[in-house]
Amino acid sequence: MSDTTRNTLYFAAVAVLILGTGVLQSWNSALFILNMGLISAIMALGVNLQWGFAGLFNVGIMGFVALGGLAVVLTSMPPAEGVWTASGAWKILFALALGAGILLATIFTRKRMDKGRMRNLATLVLLVGGFFLFRAVFDPAVATVEAMNPAANGNIGGLNPGGENFKAHGWTTIVGWGLGGILAAGAAWLIGKTALGLRSDYLAIATLGIAEIIIAVLKNEDWLARGVKNVIGLPRPVPYEIDLQQSATFVQRAEGLGVDPVTASTLFVKLNYSILFAIVLAIIFVMSQLALKSPWGRMMRAIRDNEVAAEAMGKDVTRRHLQIFVLGSAVCGIAGAMITTLDGQLTPGTYQPLRFTFLIWVMVIVGGSGNNLGAVLGGFIIWFFWVQVEPLGLGLMHLITSGMAEGSALKAHLIDSAAHMRLLTMGLILLLVLRFSPRGLIPEK
Amino acid sequence: MDFLNAIVALSNFVLVPAIAYGSQLALGALGVTLIYGILRFSNFAHGDTMAFGAMVVVLVTWWMQSVGISFGPLPTALLALPFGILGCMALVLFTDRVVYRFYRVQKASPVILVIVSMGVMFIMNGLVRFIIGPGDQKFADGERFIISAREFKQLTGLREGLAIKTTQGLTVVTAVIVVALLFWFLNRTRTGKSMRAYSDNEDLALLSGINPERVVMYTWLIVAALATVAGTLYGLDKTFKPFIYFQLLLPIFASAIVGGLGNPVGAIAGGFVIAFSEVTITYAWKKVLKYLLPENLEPDSLVQLMSTDYKFAVSFVILLIVLLFKPTGLFKGKSV
Repeated sequence: MSDTTRNTLYFAAVAVLILGTGVLQSWNSALFILNMGLISAIMALGVNLQWGFAGLFNVGIMGFVALGGLAVVLTSMPPAEGVWTASGAWKILFALALGAGILLATIFTRKRMDKGRMRNLATLVLLVGGFFLFRAVFDPAVATVEAMNPAANGNIGGLNPGGENFKAHGWTTIVGWGLGGILAAGAAWLIGKTALGLRSDYLAIATLGIAEIIIAVLKNEDWLARGVKNVIGLPRPVPYEIDLQQSATFVQRAEGLGVDPVTASTLFVKLNYSILFAIVLAIIFVMSQLALKSPWGRMMRAIRDNEVAAEAMGKDVTRRHLQIFVLGSAVCGIAGAMITTLDGQLTPGTYQPLRFTFLIWVMVIVGGSGNNLGAVLGGFIIWFFWVQVEPLGLGLMHLITSGMAEGSALKAHLIDSAAHMRLLTMGLILLLVLRFSPRGLIPEK
Repeated sequence: MDFLNAIVALSNFVLVPAIAYGSQLALGALGVTLIYGILRFSNFAHGDTMAFGAMVVVLVTWWMQSVGISFGPLPTALLALPFGILGCMALVLFTDRVVYRFYRVQKASPVILVIVSMGVMFIMNGLVRFIIGPGDQKFADGERFIISAREFKQLTGLREGLAIKTTQGLTVVTAVIVVALLFWFLNRTRTGKSMRAYSDNEDLALLSGINPERVVMYTWLIVAALATVAGTLYGLDKTFKPFIYFQLLLPIFASAIVGGLGNPVGAIAGGFVIAFSEVTITYAWKKVLKYLLPENLEPDSLVQLMSTDYKFAVSFVILLIVLLFKPTGLFKGKSV
């Protein structure tokens, strides 16, 4: 069997699984799996850039995904009223600039001074003094912003030009996808600058920590995106169900197709998302594929396979690592922005490393690291199982316990616990693939 | 008097909690560091190993409580501890046999083993949630306090109280005993010496006839015991919740790396460094400063350097500083 036939078969199988969900369960859940599958495929492409191309071990994906979500809020919500004053949001921005300035000054001083006690003392004075100065400017400004209409806002809002009528400007969320990429790239650059020199285990721990810190910031800095109070009702780039149901032409068409208008409107909205996501996936996929086949991609793989040899050939390993780390993180940021758009809200409390970091890793490993098509396939398959293991597990548990006495404690416990089969299954899939087919379903060429 | 009050307040809110937390981190970090030294990979499943061991202890404790076995003023969990250790040993030996050994024979690169440990982490996490559920579980019993804040105030007549929870005292005592046993084992027994030899230089150890599989088995047994003790103490002191143990992974790794990966003494030092910095930086110092500073200098704000939710950031920043300026850690660890 040639590679092309095999790959076609794999994707046909995915299509059958999703269509099967539509026929057996509901078309709404089939489209939900498709939409999140598309986004998962994009995240997997991002991780594949870092791990498959360059061998960078990044377990901080969750952080970049969350930053993408933040970017959507910052672009698509209208600016909060009365906050952009000299003692409010502008002062926060000034304080942040001041903080950055202090850090830059410290780095500059350390570069200019000779090693020794004086340099350490100067660093300490600058950092400690700078910290208190920063807090003195920052804290009152934050208090001002958070006191402003705390029930609905208490944050700085975003850049949506629509004002009251901001929901009509759905295109701003799509701008947010781009900004999500840029924000994630910026964070990745900062992290890469400090942590990429470390060896793989250390980089893993460092990125794990960064992701937790980003989530902690999102949860606690209420002025930014309301923290755990969540931002809800983000505008959409697609029509609203309620508008569709009120439009006479739409209702007429739906009835012409023999579908109930309410169902038809939810399906129509989801399909619109699918088209948007598919376009983004296609663009990123083509770009990754071109990158993989270019001299740049070959250089990356050469560095991955033997850093010392590549360095001896005059390749700047650290710079290339930084470059691909930034690119891969940006892709994850874009995907994160798309998730927030699809959810219509930003809920920092729901970001968990198992779901947003390690699951993506399972996708890449199972699909085939180093192969873009593999990453996409892994994204779809693993996402499908992640969603479907729960009902399947419940069915399995009912089957296992069918012989047990009604009302036995063990039976009740087993059926209640079926929801936790997910993690077990994912771990099992990962271990089985690593053991018996370590190069994944579609191996690297 | 004010000075004494300041010291008592400091001990109550900073020193005692930090020492207890530091002991728990040190025990966890010892496990990570031993795996790193002998099996040469960073075990991402360590947090969930702790959760599994602690879970067995919780289950056995519940059983003991239901049949009326108790340990007087001490928590029943101490009696259940050996069962937890045995359960955890069985689990890690099973995982080693079924999962890790294959890659060891293949001489797979460390990063592959890290990814494998991610898979094990998923399975153990799922297993624990499957058996005991994702929620909070209570299993502590016995006396709650060695000395409570009220008793202390009556005893000394100071305005500030000092409360020491039984679990805190127990944590420190157990940790000291466990660490002493571990070092005795590593430095005095034949098996311990062969483990250290294997960690220092694998080839040389093999040449001198040390059986690697035996060394690996003993390592897993010790790690299982350490993880169960650490997990149980943490669960007694704070709360047992599967997800919390997963989150402990970061401070534990930070402790092990700050101390120097592969170095047991370093792991202990690292645990206390991380614990003390987390607690001091997220503590509101107003109470202590109130006693120390003259009245007109009294601070208005809480003097809290960072909100408690940023404690991850503290361990992380320390980790980063150590990695950038002293990559092998405070005590010389391995750098592969």
